[in-house]
Amino acid sequence: MEMEMVSGRPKTLLPVPTHYCPGCGHGVIHRLVAEVIDGLGIREKTVVVAPVGCAVLLYNYFDVDAYEAAHGRAPAIATGCKRVNPELVVFTYQGDGDFAAIGTAEAVHVAARGEKITTIFVNNAVYGMTGGQMAPTTLLGQKTTTTTSGRASETAGFPIRMSEMIATLPGAAYVARVSVSSPKNVAQAKMAVRKAFETQIKGLGYSLVEFLSQCPTNWHMTPVESVRWVEEQMVPYYPLGELKVPKEEY
Amino acid sequence: MTEKKFMAGNEAIAEAAVQAGCRCYFGYPITPQNEIGEYMSWRLPQVGGCYLQAESEVASIYMVFGAAGAGTRVMTSSSSPGISLMQEGISYIAAAELPCVIVNMMRAGPGLGGIQPSQSDYFQATKGGGHGDYHMLVLAPHTAQEAVNLTMLAFDLADKYRNPVMILGDGNIGQMMEPVEFKSPEKPFVARKEWIVTGAKNRPRNIIKTLFLDPVILEKRNLAMGAKLREAVKNEVRFEPYMIEDADIVIAAYGTVARIAKTAIKILREKGLKVGLLRPISLYPFPYQAFAQTAERVKSILVVEMSLGQMVEDVKLAVCGKSRVHFYCRVGGMVPSYDEIVAEVEKIAKEVK
Ligand SMILES: Cc1ncc(C[n+]2csc(CCOP(=O)(O)OP(=O)(O)O)c2C)c(N)n1
Ligand code: SF4
Repeated sequence: MEMEMVSGRPKTLLPVPTHYCPGCGHGVIHRLVAEVIDGLGIREKTVVVAPVGCAVLLYNYFDVDAYEAAHGRAPAIATGCKRVNPELVVFTYQGDGDFAAIGTAEAVHVAARGEKITTIFVNNAVYGMTGGQMAPTTLLGQKTTTTTSGRASETAGFPIRMSEMIATLPGAAYVARVSVSSPKNVAQAKMAVRKAFETQIKGLGYSLVEFLSQCPTNWHMTPVESVRWVEEQMVPYYPLGELKVPKEEY
Repeated sequence: MTEKKFMAGNEAIAEAAVQAGCRCYFGYPITPQNEIGEYMSWRLPQVGGCYLQAESEVASIYMVFGAAGAGTRVMTSSSSPGISLMQEGISYIAAAELPCVIVNMMRAGPGLGGIQPSQSDYFQATKGGGHGDYHMLVLAPHTAQEAVNLTMLAFDLADKYRNPVMILGDGNIGQMMEPVEFKSPEKPFVARKEWIVTGAKNRPRNIIKTLFLDPVILEKRNLAMGAKLREAVKNEVRFEPYMIEDADIVIAAYGTVARIAKTAIKILREKGLKVGLLRPISLYPFPYQAFAQTAERVKSILVVEMSLGQMVEDVKLAVCGKSRVHFYCRVGGMVPSYDEIVAEVEKIAKEVK
């Protein structure tokens, strides 16, 4: 097996401080993805499509070619890129507003087409960048700046489970939900990202890894509290695990 | 290669794009331009290209963004309501300086409107359409052959200026069957694209982006875009003067209406009236100077449009009060007949006397 970093900065991550808040999930997720890119030895043929959201500047951290999309449109841009250069490894990195609200049509259809790209979907149950408004993934009862007495289904509907929805589509080959709330979960998350990229490289179809991620700032919690909130509040509604693996693995 | 083929405008545009090196097409069906996507769906695979029917025009334009960023010649086409949906993406494409060609076969609006020909997207096409300071270059063919030539030119201009270029037509231009010939350029234009996204191998990474939070940097970029567009304004003005040397009255019209105006002019000349046509081919950049010069000599200009009056504003701007600008229109999908134009010119001729 190829050499893999177990500690230290992955090659694919540039040696610069990030703009993320302390305890934010984005930083850990970046690192995991970068480690997988290093591990697979694909940095020079990887392309990332950045979202609009807290991760909009991720191309400042990943040492790979990049696009910055409009809000929600990353899967369409990734599609255009991949169709021109099928040998590239193309992934989108999207928040829940990006992937599950404004960009739902693109999210569903990139999977329906079985587009050979990967999506890293960061579900932090709020709109981080714009200051903590309700997201489509906000839990019932959860307080945000636009659901100040807690999300009520009568007026604000129900939180959306994107991974379950996408997994129903034949074009989606690999779908998993992971979290970075414990070392064990981090290890599993890394494995899922790796499988997702391998699914793409083998040309088996679309792959999606949903991360349950912390936003301590807009949850008004300490980093430790927010990790606990993921496990106690989010996981029961968004169960972890692989929802779909490529047929050849059965 | 140069034998003439009988083709409808839409198909001629599609074939011209392929011959200009377009290898990707993304689109969503809408009348009256479906023949472009249909043609591309079998033609592009023949040349190793990619045709993809997107889930919406929003997705189409961002697929164009992705493919243009990957370095290929790429096109989309639609009609008015679909082009409205693309405006956000066109703004991003202009901001990221990505070359691409967008065809708008205009139909009557606003709203769902109708499917008959119209020119009511002139403002949207020439003045921006999406948010922010930018312009597309806009070319308006009036025959199928011209549609072929301008489509080929559009890809070169897109690469030359790293800017979206629009072919602005209507249902008439798209459906009309005419003999066309495809002349490949003697010296095909090959742009150097060192900025494209192909994987950061043996070079620093390339980033295609439009977010510049530092206003000092964004102002620099905006000013550079302004300078680039001024360069296009200097080099890319195209128009056809038709029988205007001795004309007392000049008609201003583009696309379908210009065709009809030419017929009207023949009739008017037979009646002894000296009438000509100044036909903008590039709507952006607009031939302001040609109109200014015409206004030095001609007292009456009649603008005929299939809109409530859009291009007429540019004509007025150009002539700056030096000649009287008259306006005649049909809207809602109604096409002005040459009789109507003849009558309108005769009315003006009487007033002048
Ligand atoms: C068309 C458009 N609408 C709205 C916005 C404003 N906006 C920026 S980020 C964002 C929400 C991002 O939330 P999410 O996708 O959950 O990512 P996070 O910031 O939480 O990582 C919104 C609404 C925008 N940039 N563009
Ligand atoms: S606002 Fe939330 S998602 Fe954004 S950087 Fe801060 S903690 Fe992370």
